[in-house]
Formats: sequence, structure tokens, C-alpha cells
Amino acid sequence: MDFHLPSALSGNRRSLTSSGDGALIAGARLSGPMPWVIAIMVALTVIAAAAGLSLANTARAAADELSGGVTIQIVEANPAERTRQADAVAQALRAVPGVIEAHAVSQAEVERLVEPWLGARGGGEDEAIPVPALVDARLRGAVTGEVLGGLRRTVRAVAPSARVDAQSSWLKPVFGAIDTLQWLALALVALLGLAMAAAVLLAVRNALGVNRDTIEIVHLLGGTDAQIARLFQRSIGVDAAGGGAVGLALGALVVLFLGRQFAGLGAGLVDSGALGLLDWTVLALIPVAGLVLAVLTARITVLRTLVRML
Amino acid sequence: MNTATDGEIVQFDNVGLRYGADREVLSDISFTLYPGNFYFLTGASGAGKTSMLRLLYLAQRPSRGAIRMFGTDAITMPRERLPLLRRRLGVVFQDFRLVEHLSAFDNVALPLRVAGVAERELARPVADMLEWVGLTDRMHAVPAQLSGGEQQRVAIARAVIARPDMLVADEPTGNVDPDMAVKLLRLFEALNRLGTTVVVATHDVHLLKKVPDSLIMRLDKGRLSDPTGALRYPPRRPVAREA
Repeated sequence: MDFHLPSALSGNRRSLTSSGDGALIAGARLSGPMPWVIAIMVALTVIAAAAGLSLANTARAAADELSGGVTIQIVEANPAERTRQADAVAQALRAVPGVIEAHAVSQAEVERLVEPWLGARGGGEDEAIPVPALVDARLRGAVTGEVLGGLRRTVRAVAPSARVDAQSSWLKPVFGAIDTLQWLALALVALLGLAMAAAVLLAVRNALGVNRDTIEIVHLLGGTDAQIARLFQRSIGVDAAGGGAVGLALGALVVLFLGRQFAGLGAGLVDSGALGLLDWTVLALIPVAGLVLAVLTARITVLRTLVRML
Repeated sequence: MNTATDGEIVQFDNVGLRYGADREVLSDISFTLYPGNFYFLTGASGAGKTSMLRLLYLAQRPSRGAIRMFGTDAITMPRERLPLLRRRLGVVFQDFRLVEHLSAFDNVALPLRVAGVAERELARPVADMLEWVGLTDRMHAVPAQLSGGEQQRVAIARAVIARPDMLVADEPTGNVDPDMAVKLLRLFEALNRLGTTVVVATHDVHLLKKVPDSLIMRLDKGRLSDPTGALRYPPRRPVAREA
């Protein structure tokens, strides 16, 4: 038999100390539904995060609007005296340093405000239920307890039965509820992140089981754990990138739709929750964070599994 | 080319191996392999040849004893250093162990890819190896589309493509025709002449005669005998090495 050595074996021996993973086990894909699981997780995370950001915007806008506001109620049965005291209070407040603006709210405006509860009123002098006169004042800074105490003294000098309240104190329960909802949104985002990591972990473990023989062969041929981990990272990275893009699109559509629905309500507090450019940037980063989380989960899972193999 | 006489390439010292709580499948194995030699490992079925080869190609740790490979303690060495040691070995598995979803070409290319050889540099040697084993027209076939003999030839091409320091082959001619068996043995001999230590496990006694300079290790019920004295009085041959 004519024998010749394959030319692949002649010449200098190669250095085999570097590491590559070009197409080692290119067919070792994760399970099929993985991109869709990631898409759903990312979509839900985008919606939860959008809710949290919107609530934060609402709370911030309300706080900005109310932080310097003070309302004075003048409870006086005699309408003429009530009006006189209201004007006097407004005038006294305008003389107080730090007060930007103070004006008596017109009787027509007050009646419009109470109309949902008391019904339409004639506006005549013989009113059955007297409605307090209101004075609206705006201060340069926040209304602290000390500032409020000073204002009360000023007001009671001209209207002894007047009641002075910081507007922010009325919305304290609302701010409390908004805070709770924000924490809830944050918890939802964290839980969805955990759920995604768990889904990736299960998929990677499954893929490791399915490809166990291949991994063992690659090991015996000199493949390192890091090389094998990179294959899974790449696979889950592709899935997470595709799923994340779809999830972001779905989530953004839902957020836009809900935004339009709420905008239609025309309520000031709700309108102030609209998302800005920075908020949308944060939402756009969610799939990126999802990708990083998925890749890291895959890497840690693979390395921790492989360390048990020889 | 220059010549050199190297120290031992493998040293087993009082090695024993048991699986679980069963009795030892290998007992009191002590031997030394020197570079550039051609060894046959023989023994009846169940004698422990495959277990011994698994220890040799670092797929298994022994239950007791010491193993040194290429001057390194293979038992206590950190796990992350094993890959570099394994890249110095070429292995022909008895059951071929080809990657099912990779083509013949990609299976043969695997050791080079693992070692980071660039795609443009591996295409030619892989194609050349496949041509040499007569599988050029089957290079795109996956293992399931190949016959047993073809799979064995792919496995051998994969084992030798990286020019290993030591080639370990478990029944490498079991599924090929006599002509191909002779051709493969001559390939192993050629590699051996280039400096590769070759260990071939076989139960085919006719094969032993085809490599006149070979040394024989015989396993019998998990214990090693030394019919040619090769293990007790190992010949030290000048080993051809490229500069």
C-alpha cells in the first residue's frame, strides 16, 4: 500500500495554548420559547417601570405645586363680615416677607368648587349653609411648621376665627399612597428580574443536560470552562437581545396607549405623570439590563455546573 | 530536526480505580511511558483497558495512587490547568464520541478551534486530513449520516489533526476494513516517528505483529503484566523532534 503522511501533520507543530470558541458547538441552542419568555418579562418590566416613573413624576409635580401653598378658611356666618375679613387677611399676608402672592378666592369660584357636594347655589345673601371664604397664598419657600405658625399669628390678628393650612398637608395621604405604589412598582421590576434570571437558569441547566456529551467531548479536547460558558452566553445573549427588543416594543405600545387614555381624563394630577425623555431613556435601557442579567445568569450557571465535572 | 531523549511522559504509581462501592476495576497499576515509544495495551474484554485509557486521557481521576503526566502531578493539579494538558493529547474513543450536530469537517476542526486556530488557517489541514482518511466527499455529513467505519476515520482524523504529544486510541481499527486498518496503523507509526507517543488499546493480537518496534502492556482482571519487559526495563529511544 502506498503511504504518505497527511500534509496537515507535516511542518511545525502549532501552539495550542490560546483559546477560541468560533463554532465549537454552534448547534447548542437554548430552548425555543426562551426569546418569547424574555420578551414577556421585558414587556411587563417596561410597564411596571413606566408606572413607577409616572407616579414619581406625579408626586414631584404635586409637591412642587403645593410646597409653597397656604389656604386660609374664614368661617364667619355673616357674609359681609366674611368678605371683609378675607380681604383684610389677603392684605395682611401680602405684607409678610416671603409671601409672593395672596388673594381672596372669589365667591363664584368657591361655589363652583363646592358644587359637586352641595349642589348649585343661588349666591344670595340668605344662604342656608354658609360656605367659608378662602384666601390663597403662595410663599417663596416650603411651608414649615415655624412659617405656618407665624402666618397664623398674622392672620388671626385680623380674622380670629380663620383656619390656616399648608396645602401640602392635605395631600399627605395621597403622597403616602403614591410612595407605596412606587415601591410596589420597584418590587415588581425586581421580581420580574428575578423571574427572568430563574427562567434563564432553568433553560441553561436544561441545555447543559441536553449537551452534556458535547461538553464532555469539548472538555476532553482541551476546551476550558470559560469557552463553554461563552457559547451559552452568546446563545442566551442572542435570545435576550431579540426578546428584549420585542418586549420593549410591546411594553412601549401599552405605555403609550395607557398614556393617551389617562391624558383624556384631563385631570391635573394625572397629566403631570406624563413620561419625559429621561423616563423613556430609562425604559429603553430595560432590555439592555435584561440582556446583561441573562448573560451573567447563564455564565454563572454554566461555570457552577462545569466545576462539578472533571 | 534534532534528536533528544526526554524523561517520562506518563508515570502511574500504585494506581487503583473503583466505580462507586464496587470492587476495583484497576489495581496496583504502576508503569512509566517514555516519549517516542509505541505501546499496545492488550487484554480480554472487561480487563480494564478502557478504564486505564480514561485515566490516561484525563477523563477520570483514580481512586488511589499517583499519576504524573508531562512532568506534572495530574491528580493534584488545579482543574483550570487540565485543558492545557489535554491539548497535548489526541484521543480516539472506542465509541468515537463525535459531536452529533457537527459535520465531519467541524468535528475534525474541533481541537484546532478549541485551541484558538483561526478559521482561515484550519480549513486546509482539516480538508487534507479528511482527504487522507478518504472522506472528502463526506465532509459535510453529520455523524448520523456516516457508517461506523466512516465515523471511526473522522474520530482518528480529529485525534491526530493537532499533532498531539501522546495519542491514545481505544480499539481504533475495530470498525474499518483490513486495508484501512493497516493504513491507520501506519499513520500512527508515522506520528510516532515524528515524536508522538502512541498508546493503542486492542484485543486484536494480529495487530501487535504489524508494529514490530511496539511495546506491549497486558491487562488481566485489572492488573498489569509486562510480557515484553517494556515496563520494567523501558527502552529509551532517541526521539525525533522538530526544531
